[in-house]
Amino acid sequence: MRRVLIVTGFFLMLLAGWQVATMSGRWSPVLLPPPSDVAQYLWGALRDGSLLESAEVTIKRLLVGYAIGVAIGLPLGLMTSTSPIFQGTIGTLALGLQTLPSVCWIPLALLWFGQTEEAVLFVVIMGTVWSVVIATDSGARSIPPIYSRAARTMGAEGLDKWTNVILPASLPSVVSGMKQGWAFAWRSLMAAEIYVTVLTGFGLGHLLHYGRELNAMDQVIGVMLVIVVIGLLADKILFSPWERFLHRRWGTGQL
Amino acid sequence: MMSDILDFEAALPAKLSVESVSMWFRSPRTSVHALHDITLRVAGGEFVCLVGPSGCGKTTLLDIIAGLTRPDSGRVLADDQVVDGPGRHRMVMFQEPALFPWLDVLGNVAFGLKRKPGLSRKERHQIADYHLDLVGLGRFKRAYVHELSGGMKQRVALARALAPDPRVLLMDEPFSALDALTREQLYDDIQRIWQSRRKTIVLVTHNVREAICLSDRVVLMSPSPGRIREEYKISLPRPRDINSPELATIAQKITATLKGYLPETLE
Repeated sequence: MRRVLIVTGFFLMLLAGWQVATMSGRWSPVLLPPPSDVAQYLWGALRDGSLLESAEVTIKRLLVGYAIGVAIGLPLGLMTSTSPIFQGTIGTLALGLQTLPSVCWIPLALLWFGQTEEAVLFVVIMGTVWSVVIATDSGARSIPPIYSRAARTMGAEGLDKWTNVILPASLPSVVSGMKQGWAFAWRSLMAAEIYVTVLTGFGLGHLLHYGRELNAMDQVIGVMLVIVVIGLLADKILFSPWERFLHRRWGTGQL
Repeated sequence: MMSDILDFEAALPAKLSVESVSMWFRSPRTSVHALHDITLRVAGGEFVCLVGPSGCGKTTLLDIIAGLTRPDSGRVLADDQVVDGPGRHRMVMFQEPALFPWLDVLGNVAFGLKRKPGLSRKERHQIADYHLDLVGLGRFKRAYVHELSGGMKQRVALARALAPDPRVLLMDEPFSALDALTREQLYDDIQRIWQSRRKTIVLVTHNVREAICLSDRVVLMSPSPGRIREEYKISLPRPRDINSPELATIAQKITATLKGYLPETLE
């Protein structure tokens, strides 16, 4: 209860500070609209359906791109962790491409796919795969070798050992890798939506972009808030249950 | 009914034979002669302890008997069959408990049973329950690994190794990380279990008194290269108390011999 009060108080103070800043008159309301304007925009966009529609388009792209990214990245990461050849080839490739900011894929995606849904997905996948590969790889490498030895003496070899020992043993790192992949997917998608105009769907990034074009600062800030909230919700819905499971079994997370 | 399953299943202890096993650890720069021409016979149901200073290759030898490591030359026979990989007739208890944190205690004990053919889920649970009771942890079968103390974890590891009814139990310093009191409790457990459910046991330790307390035969090894130097038959009556004066007298003699194997430095 006390925690809820503190958290609510913190955000109310942020809002109040914002309100005071706009009322001081030092900044033009065009550049810094008061919270009430942003709330008004959000309410209006919610009622005319444009916000929900954009959020749906964006989340759909995100989930599809992320799922493909993880489906490619997880096995690749497990492969690079076991074989020096895969590590030297795919591992090096992943390490190099992971440092490439995902916006850099946009020119290439535009030329290859044009202004299409595929271009957006391509950027999201490229932004996700490499960080998932690297996180999974380092996760599988951090498994104590004693697990594998113990499993072998009990008759678990090959596929059995992989699915019932190596994979669950690397779960903590795999989950944090997937979480990192999620963050990268989200960033890549926003970059793609801001730069690639796709006529098949109007996402949150486009709303942000047109807010800027129209000088509608209330829209820009409102959409940014929505993006933050979606990120928080995704964390709570997708990852918190896993992390709670891991903390309970591994006995971690209590300082 | 419970005891029916176990009596019926109870596997005969296997005899082991290590035949001129040698092993080198090679790195690009050096080559360490870890084991030199080791020959050792262990009778079915015998309890043998390998004792020696660190670096004498005793753990490597245990790994080779388990089938986890291949020797550079020589071979190991278990009941006249060449060991060419790990197998569930030779269970290993490691220095660390090596329990799986993603499974609860029962799941850990049942892990090896799942890989043993011909057992129904119900039978697996019965056998796992039985062995958890045997080590006094029946109440903790739904606990997670991190909730157990060090001694309890090692007990679960013992139950896990015994549950698939192996013919040989290999133990690599399983008590070295425990406090003295917990260790003494486990000595009692091991003696009791070994007498009720005969297994061939090879235990690696650097603790001479522990070796005398538990085994029929103490085999002394010396380092660089690792080889077998001497053997002592221990015929004290069981159950043995590690603090008894008779045991201490033997320990003194063996420790004196062991000290002779250490390189004489800083004298």
